Amino acid sequence: MDMNEIKEIFFQECEEQLAELESGLLRLNDGDRDPETVNAVFRAVHSIKGGAGAFGLDDLVSFAHVFETTLDCVRSNKLEPTQEVLKVMLKSADVLADLTNVARDGGSVDQARSAQLIRELEALAKGEAPPAAATPAPVAAAPKAAPVAKAAPAPVAAAPLVNDEGFMPVAFSFDDFGGEEESVSDLPAYDIVFKPKSELYTKGNEATLLLRDLSRLGEMSIHCNMDNLPGLDQMDPETAYFSWKISIKTDKGEDAIRSVFEFAEWDCDLEVTALDAGEAGEGSDDDLPMQPVPFDLSVLDGEPDAPIGVVEEEEQLAAAAAAQEAAVAAAETASNVLQMAGNAARASAADKGAAATAAAQNNAQQAASAAAPTIRVDLDRVDRLINLVGELVINQAMLSQSVIENDSNGVSSINMGLEELQQLTREIQDSVMAIRAQPVKPVFQRMARTVREIADITGKSVRLVTEGENTEVDKTVIDKLAEPLTHMIRNAVDHGLEMPEKRLAAGKPAEGTVKLTAKHRSGRIVIELSDDGAGINRERVRQKAIDNDLIAADANLSDEEIDNLIFHAGFSTAEKVSDLSGRGVGMDVVKRSIQALGGRINISSKPGHGSVFTMSLPLTLAVLDGMVVTVAGQTLVVPLTAIVETLQPDAASIHSFGATQRLISIRNSFCPLVDVGRILNFRATQANPVEGVALLVESEGGGQRALMVDAIQGQRQVVIKSLEANYTHVPGIAAATILGDGRVALILDVDAVVAASRGQSLQQESSLAAAG
Amino acid sequence: MTSLAKNLTKAGRELIAFRIGDQEFCVNVMSVREIRGWTKATPMPHAPRYVLGVINLRGVVLPIIDLSARLGMKPAEPTVRHVIIVTQVMDKVVGLLVEAVSDILTINEEDIQPTPDMSSEFERTFARGVLAIDKRMICLIELEAVFPHSESEAA
Repeated sequence: MDMNEIKEIFFQECEEQLAELESGLLRLNDGDRDPETVNAVFRAVHSIKGGAGAFGLDDLVSFAHVFETTLDCVRSNKLEPTQEVLKVMLKSADVLADLTNVARDGGSVDQARSAQLIRELEALAKGEAPPAAATPAPVAAAPKAAPVAKAAPAPVAAAPLVNDEGFMPVAFSFDDFGGEEESVSDLPAYDIVFKPKSELYTKGNEATLLLRDLSRLGEMSIHCNMDNLPGLDQMDPETAYFSWKISIKTDKGEDAIRSVFEFAEWDCDLEVTALDAGEAGEGSDDDLPMQPVPFDLSVLDGEPDAPIGVVEEEEQLAAAAAAQEAAVAAAETASNVLQMAGNAARASAADKGAAATAAAQNNAQQAASAAAPTIRVDLDRVDRLINLVGELVINQAMLSQSVIENDSNGVSSINMGLEELQQLTREIQDSVMAIRAQPVKPVFQRMARTVREIADITGKSVRLVTEGENTEVDKTVIDKLAEPLTHMIRNAVDHGLEMPEKRLAAGKPAEGTVKLTAKHRSGRIVIELSDDGAGINRERVRQKAIDNDLIAADANLSDEEIDNLIFHAGFSTAEKVSDLSGRGVGMDVVKRSIQALGGRINISSKPGHGSVFTMSLPLTLAVLDGMVVTVAGQTLVVPLTAIVETLQPDAASIHSFGATQRLISIRNSFCPLVDVGRILNFRATQANPVEGVALLVESEGGGQRALMVDAIQGQRQVVIKSLEANYTHVPGIAAATILGDGRVALILDVDAVVAASRGQSLQQESSLAAAG
Repeated sequence: MTSLAKNLTKAGRELIAFRIGDQEFCVNVMSVREIRGWTKATPMPHAPRYVLGVINLRGVVLPIIDLSARLGMKPAEPTVRHVIIVTQVMDKVVGLLVEAVSDILTINEEDIQPTPDMSSEFERTFARGVLAIDKRMICLIELEAVFPHSESEAA
């Protein structure tokens, strides 16, 4: 595994951490005050920082550091996570995501924005309200010139401020860490108790290096507490027995001390106590019952190999952390091993107990943060598996059919075996499909960010409400959903919602609401985006359409038709052309990408009350349960999910309606009859409904239609095969499949057929789609 | 065995020649994936006349084009003796229904004569050139033009 692979894994993890971070922040925003949520947020930033540090991604590290510092204030209850605070934090999460992307893909970050956020975060950490400049400035006004790239580590150099605790943070810069020695006489002094847990070493951290880093902060003395060290025969080489007590004089401040231990702080007990200048140096050692062992750092710096070698050879100890073993060697030379052995034996029992509790706590924490173990699999592999299972299903169906055809006396064992095979194939297929199914949550979360940004730029106040984020849908669908959704959200905020003053004047709350919901309906996923804005201004849309020669000046259009004009290419009514919209690309692109996914999009709008965009998409692009029917000698598959019921119409229930229309009465209500064969142009004249079967279907618009087919052959799960791959989209047909006899059958697009029966011809729709 | 044998040694182009009615056509062998017998196709609604429908080619839905009708000639009446030439252009695979495969030719680029200027739709759209082989005239077909293109055309 080379460095790039490791880096790639780091970025993948970053993505997860960022999602975790954002969802945590949003939970906090909704009033969740669970400390575990705060911890999760903190951990996410911390992990990103840790990884970024390992790869030398300085920009990322310095931003994450400031962010983390502020989060730490929240964690330690110094900072109340109010809406204002969370707003800054959510924006910081966005910047952190940007920085991560830049670190991976190159490009540049909006430096002004990140510098601004760094300032806001620092201000928060110091217990101030965000600086006045924090109010979102229009992009144009942002100080583009500010050269902040180099100033990134500057965060900590801000003016000292006394916080709630009366603690005075002292300015320091990371650059000073290895810096020159200063006079230490009356520098603030700190007592540090550093007690590593075994986990510290298992994670590859080393006490030596931490202590060495600490020594760079100022003059210090170290005392190693070896009380817990058992005799060699009882020593577990993988357990940590030592703790250190360190007195240090430094002007770098407590933060600097803590930052030395920050990658280890989960795995050690760390106490940092600031001493009054006078107290420093005296009395601090007295409370230790042990003999201070002069600890020469050069032992740590030197060649630890020699002592380790001895220990390993003699005691057959597995290699533990170098520091600990070096210390063992040191302890031997101090020749009080025998004395200590007795104490250690007693202490080790207690120590083990403590370790066990610590481990239990750790486990509980991990269980909370990672609910289930997961593995990363290449999507290609899953796809290959899905294709193979698809072939298996077809093959199994063909086998069943030929057995039935050739074996009239029905050998029961073969049939039973076949049935089992069928069940197994079905289960395999379901499991494979489940691998691909993912909740829409990540896409919805990304939208939250889009809303924030656009709200900032437009100066509107917007709240995004999401519902049904756990609705699962195929990964391919999710991936392709983000782009059209982003467009639509932009449109909703930019065009849909009014400015706060205007909203107040209309008697609406100043804050606009954009609602994004997902739900399963009749085997599809329906995503609704609604806003409580002004709705579509039909007069203006109409005028614009006339101006752009989209419709004739005297065209007589229904409200619905006018609303749908916005899906035309080159249509935008925004009065001012902004960064966001108004370039005339947008809704037509949205419509095309939704159609490319086998979906449909509709708009309904109420002037003054807002608009609702409804998208309906297939759940998976791979299989569906279908009813196999015959129409004009052709075999068709109707998605089972669309069918409400099937009926055998009798002559009395069929009523003519106008010249060509016919209605069927079902339990005292009338439902239009649609001859599928006629709509698909399979026959020239309408079939006699009494000779066929009616399938009562519910279409997306909510209306019911009775589809007339000649006969029902049965139900079957079919593998969806694309027609578009080698051909083109066929109006009225969703896709194709291969039946048990090896022939291709077409899958009916029920909604398109119903729409066609409403008077819209299928042909027209397709030419519109081709033109748009 | 005159021009054909001579050219085999050179790095020429290989073409597959086939018959529709009394005419011969050819396409580049590199775009032919396989040749198979006729099986009944599933007709497609709203398809142009020359699209006979789709068949299952080992799990792939393969549209079948009646090349005769596509080239503006009499629509074929497929029998078991007809063959389907499975061709690929870019990432699309389409089957062409023809009467029979007649020959595999190896030719040089300069053997291809420009199509006589006749301002017919056929000449403009589908013919890439003509070949004179053993006193036969074989027309080189532009495969890409044969494939059903835009949505509007297919509908």
